Amino acid sequence: MKSVKYAGMVIFLIGLAIFTATPFLGKLKLTNEIIVEQLSETERANLEIPLQNELVGQEYSTSFAFSRKFIGIYNRINDQFIAEQKWDQVMYTPVSDLASKLATASNTGVVPQNKGLFLFLTFGICIIGSLIYIISDLKIKGLPGIKNDGIYHDSATNKGWIGILTGVWLISFYILLYFHSYIIVDAICIVDPIKGLFEEGATASKWFLYGILYCTAMIVMGIRMYIKYRHNKYQIVRTTSVLFFQIIFAFLLVEILPLFGLPGRDLKNAMPLDYTFLYDYNIKELLAAGQFGLFLIVWGIVLSIIVVPTLVYFYGKRWYCSWVCGCGGLAETLGDPYRQLSSKKMKAWKFERWIIHGVLVFAVILTIFVAVQTISGLSSANGEGRSTILWISAYDIRNWYGFLIGSIFAGVIGTGFYPILGNRAWCRFGCPLAAYMGLVQRFKSRFRITTNGGQCISCGNCSTYCEQGIDVRAYAQKGQNIVRSSCVGCGVCSAVCPRGVLKLENGPEAGRFGNEGPIVLGHNGFELNN
Amino acid sequence: MEKIVIIGNGIAGITAARNIRKKSNFEICVISSETEHFFSRTALMYVYMGHMRFEDIKPYEDWFWEKNRINLIFDHVDKIETSNNSLVLRSGKQVPYTKLILALGAKPNKYGWPGQDLKGVQGLYSYQDLQSIEENSINAKTAVIVGGGLIGVELAEMLNSRNIKVHFLVRENRFWGNVLPKEEGDLIARHIKKHHVNLLFENELDSILDDGSGRVKAIKTKKGEIIECQIVGLTAGVSPNIDLVRNSEIDTDRGIKINEFLETNIPNIYAIGDCAQFIQPVNGRRPIEQVWYTGRMMGETVAQTICGKRTAYNPGPWFNSAKFFDVEYQTYGMVNSELWEGEIDFYWEHPKKELAVHVVWDKQSNLFKGINVFGIRMRHELFDKWLKNKASIDTIMANLSTANFDPEFYRHFEKEIVEQFNLRTGKNIQLAAKTWWQKLIKN
Repeated sequence: MKSVKYAGMVIFLIGLAIFTATPFLGKLKLTNEIIVEQLSETERANLEIPLQNELVGQEYSTSFAFSRKFIGIYNRINDQFIAEQKWDQVMYTPVSDLASKLATASNTGVVPQNKGLFLFLTFGICIIGSLIYIISDLKIKGLPGIKNDGIYHDSATNKGWIGILTGVWLISFYILLYFHSYIIVDAICIVDPIKGLFEEGATASKWFLYGILYCTAMIVMGIRMYIKYRHNKYQIVRTTSVLFFQIIFAFLLVEILPLFGLPGRDLKNAMPLDYTFLYDYNIKELLAAGQFGLFLIVWGIVLSIIVVPTLVYFYGKRWYCSWVCGCGGLAETLGDPYRQLSSKKMKAWKFERWIIHGVLVFAVILTIFVAVQTISGLSSANGEGRSTILWISAYDIRNWYGFLIGSIFAGVIGTGFYPILGNRAWCRFGCPLAAYMGLVQRFKSRFRITTNGGQCISCGNCSTYCEQGIDVRAYAQKGQNIVRSSCVGCGVCSAVCPRGVLKLENGPEAGRFGNEGPIVLGHNGFELNN
Repeated sequence: MEKIVIIGNGIAGITAARNIRKKSNFEICVISSETEHFFSRTALMYVYMGHMRFEDIKPYEDWFWEKNRINLIFDHVDKIETSNNSLVLRSGKQVPYTKLILALGAKPNKYGWPGQDLKGVQGLYSYQDLQSIEENSINAKTAVIVGGGLIGVELAEMLNSRNIKVHFLVRENRFWGNVLPKEEGDLIARHIKKHHVNLLFENELDSILDDGSGRVKAIKTKKGEIIECQIVGLTAGVSPNIDLVRNSEIDTDRGIKINEFLETNIPNIYAIGDCAQFIQPVNGRRPIEQVWYTGRMMGETVAQTICGKRTAYNPGPWFNSAKFFDVEYQTYGMVNSELWEGEIDFYWEHPKKELAVHVVWDKQSNLFKGINVFGIRMRHELFDKWLKNKASIDTIMANLSTANFDPEFYRHFEKEIVEQFNLRTGKNIQLAAKTWWQKLIKN
C-alpha cells in the first residue's frame, strides 16, 4: 500500500512539473493584426511603429523574453513622454497587464494549441496523483482516529527541505501571478476550456486560473480532511461548509452572474477583508447595475456592520473564519498539514497583537479615504470625488494597501509561507476582518472553548495543533476556558486532545471564562471561585 | 527568609514551586537530573510518534522560570544531610534549605526477571526512557511488552507507529483487569487487537534471553514459549523512587511515608507525587497514588502548608482519563473491576462502534457510585458535583444529555442508553432535554 501512495506522489509531481514547465513551452510572434485587436487607440498611436520595427515578426520561445522586449519598448516610449512632459500621451495601463494581453494573443506554442491535453496533463494528473496519495491513507493509517504519526519526522511538515521547496514554489507562483502574470500566459490558457463552459470562446484571466487552482486545491485537500477526520463530525460538517462557500459563492456565482448581465461579486466577502468594496469604480459599477447592484451595496454594508458582529456574538468568529471564508477555507484544507508550524511563543503573540490591529487601523484609514472619495464623487458634476485629505492622496493609500496588504501579506506571505509559518499566517497576523471579529469575540460573545474540569495532562497536543498559535494548554491546565480574540474555532484542539478536555461551545456570557483561580477541580481542600 | 528546595521537576514538584511562588516571596529552587526544564511526562509518547517535538511538551517556555524567580538546577542530588539542612549534589555543590520537598517520582517495576537489565529492556517513564526507546527502535522488528496497563498500551501504540510488531503479555485473563470491569477490558482488548497487537492473556514473563552481546534477543514466557524480540517493554506498574532517601533518616516503606499534611517524619521535609506513601490513606484512597492529577493536587496542597496555611491533602471524588489507541476513556467516581457488595451496575455498549458507558450505584440507596465512559466525553464539573452531593443514579441517567461533553454535531446515544437502562432495571427514567450545564451546577 505504501508503494501505491508513493506512486500517487510521483504522478502528482509529474503533473506539477508539466505545469511548472509551461512558461518554457511558448512560441510567440506578434503580428500587426494582434496590435490592432489588443491595443487601445492611444496605445496604438504610441506603440505601433516601434513595435512594428522591433517586435513584429520575431519569434520568441518564452512569454518572458517576449514580454521583456515589449516592456522595454513601452517603458522607453513612456519615459520619453514623461521627459518631454507630454502628459496627454503618457500611458497609464499597467505595463504587465498590457504585456500579458499581447503575449496571450501572440502565443501559438504547444500549450495554446492543445489546451485540453494540457488541462489533463497538469490539473488532471495532479488530481489523480494526489487522490491516490490521499486515499491510500485509508488503508495505511488504519482505524479512524487522530493519526498525527510522523508529522515532525517528515521534512514536508517540519520545516525541512521539502517544506522549504514547497514554500519557494508557492511564493514564486504568487509573485508571478500578482505582479508578472505575462510570464505564465501558457499556464493561464490551460483553463480556457473551463472558462469556455461559462462563456463560449472566452479566454481565461489570471484570476480565473487562480480560482480554478484554489477550488481544485480545496476540493482535493477537502477529501483529505474527510478521510483524516472521518470520526469527527464537527470537522466533516465544517469542511463541507468551507467547500460549499468557496465553490458556490466565491467561484460559481461570480462566474455565472455576469452571464445574466449582473455584476459578479462574492456575496460572502465582507469588508474590511474585501477592501475594494467602497472604491469609487466598484460602487459606480454596482449603481449602474440596477436593482441587483443596489442590493449588493446594501448587503455589503449590512453584512459588515450587522451580520458579522451579530453572528460573532452568538457563535464566535468561527462562523466566518473556519466555516465560510475563502482564505480560511484554503487554510483548513490545503493548509491543514502545516497547522503545527504556527509559533506558540509569547513573543509571537505580542507581535500578533500589534500587527493585526495595525492592519485594522490601516484598513479603517483606507475606508475613510475611499468613502470620502466615493461619496463626494457621487454628488459631483464630473463624477470625480475628493481624492486628497490633508495632502494625502486616496490613490496612494489604495495602492499601498493593495500592494502591501492585499497582495504581499494575504497572498505571498499568507499562503506562500504555509510550510514555514503555518497555515494561518495571514488570518492570525494580517486580516483586518479577523481583527474586527476578534474584538467582538473577546469582549462580547457567547463563544468559548470549555475546559473539562481538571482532566488536562498538559501534553501540548492542543497548543501544537492550534493553527492560530494559541497556547491552549496554558489555559486548559489551569482549568480555565479559552476566550481569545484570535481563535477561529476550527475545533482541532478538541479533536487532538487525548483526554477529552476541550469543547467548543456557545452559552451564556456569565461564567464564560470558567475557573479563574489557579486551583483546578478535583480538590476538596480549596474552593473554586464561582 | 525561607529557602524552599524541591527535588524533582515533574508535575508534583513544579506545581508546588508555582503555587509557592504565587503565594510567597520565598527563595525557590528546583533540582532535577532528568531534564533541565519541566515537561509533561504523559506526553513522551507523542514525541516518539512524531506528533510533537520535545520542546512542545514543555508546558512553559524556558524564560518562565527566571521570570518567576524559580531557580532551576540541572544536577543530581547525591545526599540529603538532614542534620544541617543541606543537600550534596553530584557536582560537589552544597545546597542549603529551610524546607525540602521530595518529588522524586517513580521507576518502572522490575520483578527480578533474569535478563531484566539487558540492553533493549526498558520501561517508559523518564526522558531517558524516551531516548533509549529511540535508540532501541533503530533496527527493531519485534517487541514484547510485559504488563497490561496504561503505559503498556501507550508503548504498544508507539511501537506500532514505527511498524514494530508488538506482543503484549498480560498476567490476568483480561486487559487492565485490576482496574477495569470485564466488559471494558474486553472492549479495549478487541480494539487493541484491531491494531494488530498480539495480546497474550494469562501469560507471564519468565526470563529475558541474551544474544551474547548483552542485548535482548528473545523472551521466554512461563508457559515456555519463546518470542524473539529486540525490545522488551516493562510496564507492569511503577514504584516510588526512593533510592535517595532509603539510607537516610527519612522513613520509608514502599514509598516515602507521609501524613495527611504530606509531612515526612523529619520536620520541614515533605514528600509529594509518585514517590509518596500515605501512612493513613486519605478519603478511602490507596496509600500510593501515581497519577498526574494526584501529583498536581499534592503540589497544590504542600504549597499551602509551606506558605503558612497548614493544609491536609483532601482530594475530591476520584477521576481519571486515558486513551487506548483510538478509544478515549474517562472515569468519575469509583467503578471497581468487580462490583462491591451492595453495588449494582448497568453497562451499555454500542452494537458496532467502540462506545460504552458503565454506571455503578448502590442498590439500596440508589446512590450513584461511579461511571466509566469509552468513546464518549463527559463533563467533569457535573460528575464532581453529583458525587459530592451524593446524587442518585436516577439524577445521573436523567441528565446524561447535559453531561455529554462530545464536540458539536456528534451523534448522541443518551436516548438508547436510558431506554436500555429502563429495560434492564425496571426503572422509568425520563431523559431530560439537554440544557446549559451550568444551570445544573447551580441547582
